[in-house]
Amino acid sequence: MSVDVAWAQTWIRSSAKVLSEHRAELNTLDREIGDGDHGENMDRGFQAVLPKLDALADAATPGELLKTLAATLISTVGGAAGPLYGTAYLKAAAAVSGIAELDGPAVVALLTAGRDGIVLRGKAESGDKTMVDAWTPAVDAAIEAVAAGASPSLILAAAADAAEAGAVATEPWVARKGRASYLGERAIGHRDPGAQSTALILRCGADAAAQS
Amino acid sequence: MKKLVNDPKNVVDEAVAGFGAAHADIVRVSLDPVFIVRADAPVAGKVGIVSGGGSGHEPLHGGFVGFGMLDAAVPGAVFTSPTPDPILAATKAVDGGAGVLHIVKNYTGDVLNFETAADLAEADEIEVRTVIVNDDVAVKDSLYTAGRRGVAGTVLVEKIAGAAAARGDDLTAVATVAEKVIGQVRSMGVALTPCVVPHAGEPSFTLADDEIEIGIGIHGEPGRERIKLEPADAIVDRILGPILDDLPYASGDKVLLFVNGMGGTPQVELYIVFRRAAEVLAERGIEVTRTLVGNFTTSLEMQGMSITVLKLDDELTALWDAPVHTAALRWGK
Repeated sequence: MSVDVAWAQTWIRSSAKVLSEHRAELNTLDREIGDGDHGENMDRGFQAVLPKLDALADAATPGELLKTLAATLISTVGGAAGPLYGTAYLKAAAAVSGIAELDGPAVVALLTAGRDGIVLRGKAESGDKTMVDAWTPAVDAAIEAVAAGASPSLILAAAADAAEAGAVATEPWVARKGRASYLGERAIGHRDPGAQSTALILRCGADAAAQS
Repeated sequence: MKKLVNDPKNVVDEAVAGFGAAHADIVRVSLDPVFIVRADAPVAGKVGIVSGGGSGHEPLHGGFVGFGMLDAAVPGAVFTSPTPDPILAATKAVDGGAGVLHIVKNYTGDVLNFETAADLAEADEIEVRTVIVNDDVAVKDSLYTAGRRGVAGTVLVEKIAGAAAARGDDLTAVATVAEKVIGQVRSMGVALTPCVVPHAGEPSFTLADDEIEIGIGIHGEPGRERIKLEPADAIVDRILGPILDDLPYASGDKVLLFVNGMGGTPQVELYIVFRRAAEVLAERGIEVTRTLVGNFTTSLEMQGMSITVLKLDDELTALWDAPVHTAALRWGK
């Protein structure tokens, strides 16, 4: 499938479905090292965007949909995840603004801008045990894939694989940002819930591109 | 766990509606978006003061909306920061032309959402200043954490900043006095039991019958260490020590001593705590000149308490004593 507005529709809708299915799992991860509401908050935000997607059936570019998603998440999710994901999608939308069909470099630009938005807002660095630890490996893998001449859908697949590995890699770490940072060594052995939701979302992006 | 709720999704809306109905003489409430403002907001020419954060800490913050304290409170979902929209709406609703102070507890979500709302308010030409409360000494403030949390000391910041705004201070002066309180207030808490977020239905952590958690936050997040239950006096000594060593408080200081219940601890136990805390302060030559005891910054039904010590001077004492009329604090008016 080409990475276009139909892809963005599928990506956002399947993200909503998958986050809903994994709501309890994300809550549990968050309860272990945070406050237990990450699944709840993400589910609320993505459910809220679904009716707006219907109204955007005539949109011509992925950027338009991502911008709407950003505004919806900022105004419905709350917690830290709302502003962080909201900023990610806002910057991603700006990076691909006006482009109807994303080629490899545009996909990389989208992912890079999303990651940079999160870093800008949350000021977390790699290794702090946050969603950045899923985003940055994803961006790195995408850059590598585009350099190797991979298609947009293979770039997204490489990013999703790397995000999943990145989320798993947070398990043995101490957290240095967010509520988990209050736990010190007791955060060890638990996966970061934000990194996990990032992995789920990027997998949806890859699957949407692989579909047709 | 048994709870007096209907649909867990409606907990905040229904509680805010009830709060508005119960205190219609003091506040009016908006349900979409959700916020609580003084009945007479905006007060022309006065600095507006807005605070907010996740629900579940009542009476913080809605219980402190009224004359001499907050102009608005913005409750988020239980233990979840409000989003920027209601914060912006509340900020607009209390802007009397003299600017608005945001009082924010230092939690990543609260800080990010208030920051976004302040940007939006500035775009609407409302001057906003923000102060971040970070009184919890249980968290080491270092590059390796999100910094100290804002806990019960927030009540004292809200009261004193509110009094400064009520006497006519401008935005810079109100922010300065709020920063002064933040600089001189320290807290630490302990949990005897966890709490249960209504939509989660399960405790946010578990404690054995004979265990307590030292250095607890106010969202049911675990604290500094877990130990076996001890007599009240020993627990007070454990948490008061780090508080007093932190500022540090010195012999001859005058302080406000605040013993805060986490929601599930009876008053009788809070006074046992107060008795010991006052003894320890007296031993160190620190004079308790103002006091507050009760459930003011809670964590749902958690059993536990926190101790807050604020170093006073004549200005802060006068502002603390100034009249206040809110649902949860009222005197002098």
